[in-house]
Amino acid sequence: MAQIRVEQLCKRYAVAERQPGAWGAVKGLFHRRQRVVEALKDVSFSLQAGELLGFIGPNGAGKSTTVKILSGILRPTSGLCEIDGLTPWLHRIRHVARIGVVFGQRTQLWWDLPVIESFELLRDIYRVDEAAFRRTKAEMVERLRIERLLDTPLRQLSLGQRMRCEIAAAMLHRPSILFLDEPTIGLDATSKLAVREVVRTLNREEGVTVILTTHDMHDIEALAERVIVIGNGVVLRDSSFEALRAEALGETRLVVEFAGAPSAIDIPGVSTRTREDGAVELAFDARRMPAHALISRIAAEHDVADIHVEEPQIEAVIARFYALHGAAEG
Amino acid sequence: MTAPARPGLAARPYLAALRARFYLTLQYRAAALAGLTTQCWWGVMKILVLAAFYRGAPHQPMSLGQAVGYTWLGQAFLVMLPWNADPDVVEMVRSGAVAYERLRPVDTYAYWYVRALAWMAARVLPRAVPMFLIAAVVLPLTGLGAWSLPPPPDWPAAVLFTISIICAALLSTAMVQLVTGVVVATLSAKGANAIAPALSNILSGGIVPLLLFPAWMRLGLFLQPFAGLVDIPFRIYLGQLAGAGAAAGIGLQLAWTAVLVLVGRGFLAHSLERLQVQGG
Amino acid sequence: MNALRLYGRYAAASIAGQMQYPGAFALTAVAQFANTFVGFAGVWALFARFGHIGGWSLGEIALFYGAISMAFAIADALSRGFDVFGQEFVKTGNFDRLLLRPRATSLQLAGYEVRLASLGRLSQGAVVLAVGIWLAPIRWSLGDATLLAWAVAGGVAMFYGLLILQATLSFWTVESLEVVNIVTYGGVEAGQYPLDIYARWFRDLMMFVVPIGCVGYLPLTAILGRPNVFGAPAWAAAASPLVGWAFLGAALVIWGAGVRRYTSTGS
Repeated sequence: MAQIRVEQLCKRYAVAERQPGAWGAVKGLFHRRQRVVEALKDVSFSLQAGELLGFIGPNGAGKSTTVKILSGILRPTSGLCEIDGLTPWLHRIRHVARIGVVFGQRTQLWWDLPVIESFELLRDIYRVDEAAFRRTKAEMVERLRIERLLDTPLRQLSLGQRMRCEIAAAMLHRPSILFLDEPTIGLDATSKLAVREVVRTLNREEGVTVILTTHDMHDIEALAERVIVIGNGVVLRDSSFEALRAEALGETRLVVEFAGAPSAIDIPGVSTRTREDGAVELAFDARRMPAHALISRIAAEHDVADIHVEEPQIEAVIARFYALHGAAEG
Repeated sequence: MTAPARPGLAARPYLAALRARFYLTLQYRAAALAGLTTQCWWGVMKILVLAAFYRGAPHQPMSLGQAVGYTWLGQAFLVMLPWNADPDVVEMVRSGAVAYERLRPVDTYAYWYVRALAWMAARVLPRAVPMFLIAAVVLPLTGLGAWSLPPPPDWPAAVLFTISIICAALLSTAMVQLVTGVVVATLSAKGANAIAPALSNILSGGIVPLLLFPAWMRLGLFLQPFAGLVDIPFRIYLGQLAGAGAAAGIGLQLAWTAVLVLVGRGFLAHSLERLQVQGG
Repeated sequence: MNALRLYGRYAAASIAGQMQYPGAFALTAVAQFANTFVGFAGVWALFARFGHIGGWSLGEIALFYGAISMAFAIADALSRGFDVFGQEFVKTGNFDRLLLRPRATSLQLAGYEVRLASLGRLSQGAVVLAVGIWLAPIRWSLGDATLLAWAVAGGVAMFYGLLILQATLSFWTVESLEVVNIVTYGGVEAGQYPLDIYARWFRDLMMFVVPIGCVGYLPLTAILGRPNVFGAPAWAAAASPLVGWAFLGAALVIWGAGVRRYTSTGS
């Protein structure tokens, strides 16, 4: 049975429109013109326990609305959502006791307190018993290598150190689902790798279900087996990351450098272009013609110094996907 | 720096600062409206208490009607008390930008004085004018004339009040500058803002008209500098201080302003110098 | 862990945090003390001139004044989270963080900060109350002292309710909410005198709309053995601080409605 079941989630907001000028402000006191904004039109999906889902989409697509509904802090206009048998917005307190949430740009620890004291407060807030707390804390401290940070007030930590402490804090009550919202935003390369490593371990070894929202496609590439792309309030795509990449990728490019004089390459389905440095660039559809076949054919027929495949940047791939579905931010 | 050719030119940076600050502060209309409501309400409460005191002993050096007028004037000119250091300067001190302020080719004390004066004027006017309208026009029209702000008894009183309230603004700004000096010296607004408002509130007549204090305190209260902020202009308005008395009051205001400007100027220069030596 | 113990933990954490900046809270406390102290100096000056107000002496007024000041100071110290709610939780979206924890939002906000600077107002209130107890023309019995504590506790509850209502407004707007101060600070100011000195309309407002009278005027007239202007019997006057608790309960119910509104509109 699915751990998370979401069906036809819909969320409409009424936004009050301000009328210009002083008279408009006075009129606004008595009567407000309202405009309805449809943040979510129809979002459905389900998730098994232990999955690691990447949740992506352009700004304003409905990502954070969905995550807010799933975590119990927003009620949808209509639709159904069941997580471990609970409806988040109806059973907020029971629901949030079973989930962990990490916001990349917001802290859940106390700014002026040493990290360990924040942990102890969270222990009491989540009603974690002492023995379990000690066990989990020791484990998280080791996994996230934060032993030396525990006695430092939060405000004195670097962003990377803080994020490691945030993840540990979110795990103290042993949630079965972990929501991560932009967990690597603003981090340096080392910290990013460390965060990804930990998330992967928690998911693989502890079986924690992870829902990751991010704009960093490297996070998705490194972590997510499954990706949901949301745009204009609907699910545009729900598939493995590889399939999404392949679809958006379209054509792959092969760059051939000749050892001697360049010779013409004429293969059906492959377009060529000579670059300024003398190399020849071939564009082809990798789904119809595997790259390795093309490479061995060219190597056999021509005097080749070097051949390499050029893939477009992952960001560019996703941007193309958004554009393809008209979901790019207007 | 060479001496400016025309006097108008010399005043230009100060006038520009005055104008810019004035318009900027005027923009906070919602805050001004909220402030007006609060001021009216507090005025009503103060008057209710005063009325209860007067019922038991109506013969005092100041009639109930005058005390009511005094209270409304106090509400109208509430923000003219030197509550705080100029928040812009506090921010400059906090961020270290105060060093750049020293690079301007102007006299720092005079420049800050003008800014603080504009800040005060822009906060006073949008509150004082509607408060006057309510207390002096609306209340009598609604049949509450006994609880309203009466007009000044004669033309000289009105003219002298105008002069005196301007002197009060100048005096208050000189006090703000002293507080600003403390902020620069201590690099924090907390200490300076802790005691100054309480002191100026009670000693100016902002809480209780100074005439209603015990008789033996009267001369001392009249002579101390805070009386010039509230008590002197208000008593001139109410006709309680006329002729030689009014002249003495305005003279006191000007004398205290001069003294505080001199002290403030020296203090600020000293504080800024120390700041530069420390490389702040 | 039950709510009360958790609250204690929150309070300890908050105090530990403020102790890292001892100068800041000490100065704010001094400022509060000075500001409230000059207020009472004004009252003293008026008594020096007029002798009494509506038949009440300075000592009796000190009792009203001290009790209300202390009640407000305690409520103010414990309600910082509600006080800054609009600016620091609604505007910034930080309220989401509270909704993500398995505890009542009101408990979490109450625990947000125990404001040490309120010691300034509290100590002023305590001094004035001590003066009032000293000067009040009665012989204090254990019953009187209990009733006084009961009145102050009811006052804490009522002011706390007012501060919660003020915070609840932030779900609708965060602009210019300081207008509400006319009932909080205004209530403190009004409750510092016995309500019978005021005009009828104002006295009724402070009794039946904002129930200041139930936590100050009525129980204190009962202690002083004086009749009250509302004609309430002595037992009712003694029981009236209960209204403060009822008011707090009502405020919490309205708070719940505000939270439901927030969760259905988002920020």
